[in-house]
Amino acid sequence: MGKDRYYRIMDKKATRDSYGEALVMLAEKRPDLIVLDADLAAATKTGIYKKAYPDRFFDCGIAEADMMGVAAGIATTGKLVFASSFAMFAAGRAFEIVRNSICYPHLNVKIGATHAGISVGEDGASHQCNEDIALMRVLPGMTVINPADDVETKAAVLAMADYVGPTYMRFGRLAIPTFNDPKTYKFELGKGIELRSGNDVAIIATGLMVNEAIEAGKILAEQGINARVINIHTIKPIDRDIIIRAAKETGKIITVEEHSVIGGLGSAVSEVVTETVPVPVIKIGVQDRFGHSGPAVPLLKEFGLCADNIVKVTKEALGK
Amino acid sequence: MDQLHKKQLEINAAKVRLGIIEGVYGAKCGHPGGSLSVCDTLTYLYFNRMNIDPENPSMPDRDRLVLSKGHTAPALYSVLANRGFFPVEDLKTLRHIDSYLQGHPVLGKIPGVDMSTGSLGQGISAACGMALSGKLDNDIYRVYAVLGDGELEEGLVWEAAMLAAHYQLDNLVAVVDNNGLQIDGKISEVMSPYPIDEKFKAFGWHVIVIDGHDFDAIEKAFNEAETVANQPTAIILKTTKGKGVSYMENQVGWHGKAPNEEEYNTAIAELKAKLDELTK
Repeated sequence: MGKDRYYRIMDKKATRDSYGEALVMLAEKRPDLIVLDADLAAATKTGIYKKAYPDRFFDCGIAEADMMGVAAGIATTGKLVFASSFAMFAAGRAFEIVRNSICYPHLNVKIGATHAGISVGEDGASHQCNEDIALMRVLPGMTVINPADDVETKAAVLAMADYVGPTYMRFGRLAIPTFNDPKTYKFELGKGIELRSGNDVAIIATGLMVNEAIEAGKILAEQGINARVINIHTIKPIDRDIIIRAAKETGKIITVEEHSVIGGLGSAVSEVVTETVPVPVIKIGVQDRFGHSGPAVPLLKEFGLCADNIVKVTKEALGK
Repeated sequence: MDQLHKKQLEINAAKVRLGIIEGVYGAKCGHPGGSLSVCDTLTYLYFNRMNIDPENPSMPDRDRLVLSKGHTAPALYSVLANRGFFPVEDLKTLRHIDSYLQGHPVLGKIPGVDMSTGSLGQGISAACGMALSGKLDNDIYRVYAVLGDGELEEGLVWEAAMLAAHYQLDNLVAVVDNNGLQIDGKISEVMSPYPIDEKFKAFGWHVIVIDGHDFDAIEKAFNEAETVANQPTAIILKTTKGKGVSYMENQVGWHGKAPNEEEYNTAIAELKAKLDELTK
């Protein structure tokens, strides 16, 4: 039987709220913290920080490219700077400024990008960014984080502030269950977390798909399949060891992400195993298509980003 | 400006021009035209204006200069070398595979370079961030962003211009090298950014238009910029692309190519004659 190592589901919270609250926690320790936004403070939740520290918050207006350049300039002067917008604009519209002004000089800019993935919901495909992990992961020296719940998001914000170098963190609009125990949870940059042991198959998930993977693990266990469930919160640099071990010990990997199957977690995991322990990697994610409007939860179901589909795909992969 | 200081500046500018030609010739490629047009102002800033220390290029309260028109790195490198940040001899290694003098400026790799640039429009944006941060530190330094006139076609420039005025960054000066030419031809024909002065005024900037090769006018403009409160200043330099090398002047073809051996010899002879005339 598989063994659970995860906490209980306490309540639901959107990771963007956790981000806003974490910035306030961080500001208490870091008087050099500056937060930038591009007219989305109410949505990115930097508004929580703005209210507490109005003198250390600057709205750049609807000009995400400029915000990234400004963040780079601030970083050259030695201050800690967080720049926030929707994933679509932070990673998409501002991509080249992030590349040339932030990553090329390896500046200490932290990008907090909310509204990642299709769980943006009703706004539709123009705002549902399923490409940001791919875009940010390819940049030399960029760290990419995709936390799974409230506890992990807050810990990740504090950890990325201690780390010196460009960092992209994506989080979401949708309220999701908190499963990590705030008393015991430790965030280690670049280290995956095994949430359930098992040797039949490994389910490797990131972001809001981690909780779905945990649920899938439970359902599979009831059906006699012991799935190892791994949370990869840091997509770059990725935890090669935990992936190689999973490949060796289970022989089959299912990846789950609220992102395109091209260039995201599934690709990152595949890159590791093809060079080390080549085993099949089946990718659950957004296929090569755009999303559309609708409430987040039914949308996630439609795109197969739910526990039931993880169970189905896993069983098919195992021929059961 | 007294005659002695002016003459010294002219001598320094002539040396910087020699370094530009040495760099571009050594690289067998690069951008001499816009380097020569902005040369006088860069020379003035680094030799007569900015609070900098070649022995301590990262000192926290130094004035900063972001070469937003990063392709004119030969001018910046030559000024920095002549100012003592690194050996003038190294200019000949520009763009070489084993050289630290990259094709476009790189922060952290080249002493005295305050920001990586090369992708147009981004430098002024970063300069705004530096100026904003400086405001929080009691205005201990000033920031200069040097832009090309063709660069003004990038939308990002105007996003940054809006932010600079909105946050009243009076510690920021944008210098526009208005030499009138870009790769595809005259800026007025490719995609006119004119009227440049009126555009910056409309964005809330204090604007000064000067002859970018007249050191008296240059000094006067930067003096004026320091007296302006609650507003950033744009200094628009009317310049000649390729200034100082006869056959390069006002020739769009010299935007981005290196002289051959004969052209190199001609350029060096002209610049050395100018230097001899100034130092005799």
